[in-house]
Amino acid sequence: MKAMTYRGPYKIRVEEKPDPTIQHPNDAIVRVTRAAVCGSDLHLFHGMMPDTRIGHTFGHEIVGVVEEVGPSVETLRPGDRVMVPFNIYCGSCYFCRHGLFSNCHNVNPNATAVGGIYGYSHSTGGYDGGQAERVRVPFADVGPSVIPEWLTSEDALLLTDAFSTGYFGAQQGDIAEGDTVAVFGAGPVGLAAARSAWFLGAGRVIVVDHLDYRLEKARSFAFAETMHLHESGDIVLAMKKATGYLGADVVIDAVGAEADGSVMQHVTGAKLKLQGGSPVALNWAIDSARKGGTVSILGAYGPLVTSVRLGDIVNKGLTVRGNQAPVKRQWPRLLEHIQAGHLRPSELLTHRFPLEHIAEAYHVFSSKLDDCIKPLIVVGEE
Amino acid sequence: MPYEGSRPLPAPTPDELRARIPGWGADLAPEHRRTWQQLEDVGDTGAHWDLPERQGPDRGRERSIEHGMLPPVWGTAQPLHGLSGAIRRVAYDRFSETKNTRWLLLVLGDRVDAVTAHARSLLSRRPDDPITQTGVLAEPDHRPLTSRFGRGRVDLRHTWLDPIIVVGPWVLTAVLGIRALRRLGRRG
Repeated sequence: MKAMTYRGPYKIRVEEKPDPTIQHPNDAIVRVTRAAVCGSDLHLFHGMMPDTRIGHTFGHEIVGVVEEVGPSVETLRPGDRVMVPFNIYCGSCYFCRHGLFSNCHNVNPNATAVGGIYGYSHSTGGYDGGQAERVRVPFADVGPSVIPEWLTSEDALLLTDAFSTGYFGAQQGDIAEGDTVAVFGAGPVGLAAARSAWFLGAGRVIVVDHLDYRLEKARSFAFAETMHLHESGDIVLAMKKATGYLGADVVIDAVGAEADGSVMQHVTGAKLKLQGGSPVALNWAIDSARKGGTVSILGAYGPLVTSVRLGDIVNKGLTVRGNQAPVKRQWPRLLEHIQAGHLRPSELLTHRFPLEHIAEAYHVFSSKLDDCIKPLIVVGEE
Repeated sequence: MPYEGSRPLPAPTPDELRARIPGWGADLAPEHRRTWQQLEDVGDTGAHWDLPERQGPDRGRERSIEHGMLPPVWGTAQPLHGLSGAIRRVAYDRFSETKNTRWLLLVLGDRVDAVTAHARSLLSRRPDDPITQTGVLAEPDHRPLTSRFGRGRVDLRHTWLDPIIVVGPWVLTAVLGIRALRRLGRRG
C-alpha cells in the first residue's frame, strides 16, 4: 500500500509499505478514505517528539471503510464507514473505566503517562498512522464508530481529533455563565475551543494569534474578539486592559510546543530540544488568567522539563488542567450540535491534497502559506 | 475596576448572546459537562473483556520500566534495530520517565536513526531527496511572499534560523565525509 513515511526532521515521502495485518483478535483493518494533518503532526515532522523512528507513518485523524475484522470483533463489519478517534484504548483498564481514554494503561508499553495514539511515534505505543491507504485499528469494538448516514466524512474527520479536542479544552476550563474566555492560538484546535466556549455559556471569547487570516477565521467561525500578537505589544498587558485589569476567567492554551513570540524560548525549546517545547504561550496563559481562574492546556508539549511559571500558578491560585482529549466521550454531544445546526466542523478545512503530495501539505501547513488553516488528505474513494 | 467588588466589564445578556451565537449556552446544564471528568459511570465502552487478550509473543519488545508488565497490546510499526535501537534500548531499560536522560537518549537515538537511514538510502534504488521530501516544491503555488511579508508574522523573527538548522547537519555531514575520505586517501 502507499503510505506517508518519515525520513528524518523536515523530510517525509510516500512509499510502498506492506499492508497492515490483524495482530490481535479485536483488531480491524480500515481502508482510509480521508485523513488530515494535525498541528501536532508538525511536532513529529520537525523532529521534536522523542522516539519517532524512520519509516513511521503519521496520521491520527482518520475516516475510512472497514475492510477486515479480527475474530472477536462484534460491532463492526466490513463495509462500515467509520470515524476513528485518535486515542487507542482498551475500554476496560482502571483509567478507561474512569473515562480517561487517552490515558489507557493497556496499549502503550513505551510510556505510562499517555495511552496509544495512531502514528504518533513510539512514545505513544509505536502504532503506524492513517496517512496511508490502510491502517490497523486496535480494539475495533471500543474506538471507532460507524458514521451516521446524515454526517459527511469531512465533518466526521474533524471530530476524530481537532474539534473534539477543542470542545474538550473548553470543558476543562469549567466555564461559568458569562465568563471571559481567552484562547491562545487560532489554529484548528484553538478555533474549535473558541467556538465551543459559547456552548458552555461564555460571555466573551477573545482569541490571540499572530496571523491575520487565522484571526479573521476566529471572528467569522468562532464569533470571537481578536488580538494580534504583533500589534498588541505586550500581550499579557493587552489582555489585562481588555478585561478591565481583571484578567480572563478561563484561558485556553491551544499553541503548545512550537510557540512563537520569544526567539530565545523558541530556539531552546522547539529547535534545540533543551526544553519540552517553547513555554511562551503557556506562560502568557498563566499571566493572562485572573486570580483564582483556570488554565486549560490543549497544546502538545514534549516530556522534558519546561520553564513554566509555577510561582505565578501558586500565587494566583490558578487551577491548571491538561490532557489529551478522550475523543469518543465528546462525540454524542457534538453530533447533537451538528444535527441541531449549531456548527459544521468541516468549515475549518481550507486545503486538499492527494496522498501522493502529502509532503507539500506538510510544508504549506507548517510554513503557514496560502491562508492554510487545516489541510485534508484525500487518500481513497469513499 | 477589580479594585471594587463587582466585575469590571459585565458580559452581554444571555438573550443577546443567544441571538448572535448558534447554540449559545446549550451545554450549561451539568449533564452536558460530565464528559471530561474522571467518572466511573462512563457506560458501555464496547469492551467485552476484563483484561484484553494478549497480542502475541513480545519478541523482546521494549517497554517503560514504569510498567509492571508488558501491556497486552502494542504497536509493531518499527522495531528496534541497529545503533539507534541500542541507544533506545538503554533509554528504556535503565531510566524511568522522570529522567531527562531517558528522553535525551531517545532524541539522540532519533538523530542517529535519521543519519544511518539516510546513509542506507544512498545505497538503495530510491535515495533520500532533500528537495521533494521537504515539500518545498509547494512554495510557488501557495503565495510564498504574500503569505509571509507585510503581515506582522511573529515567526519571521526566527525563520532565518530554520534553514541553518535543517541544512546545517547535511553540510556538516558532507564536510566530515570529505575529510574522512581525504584522510583515507592520504593513508592509501
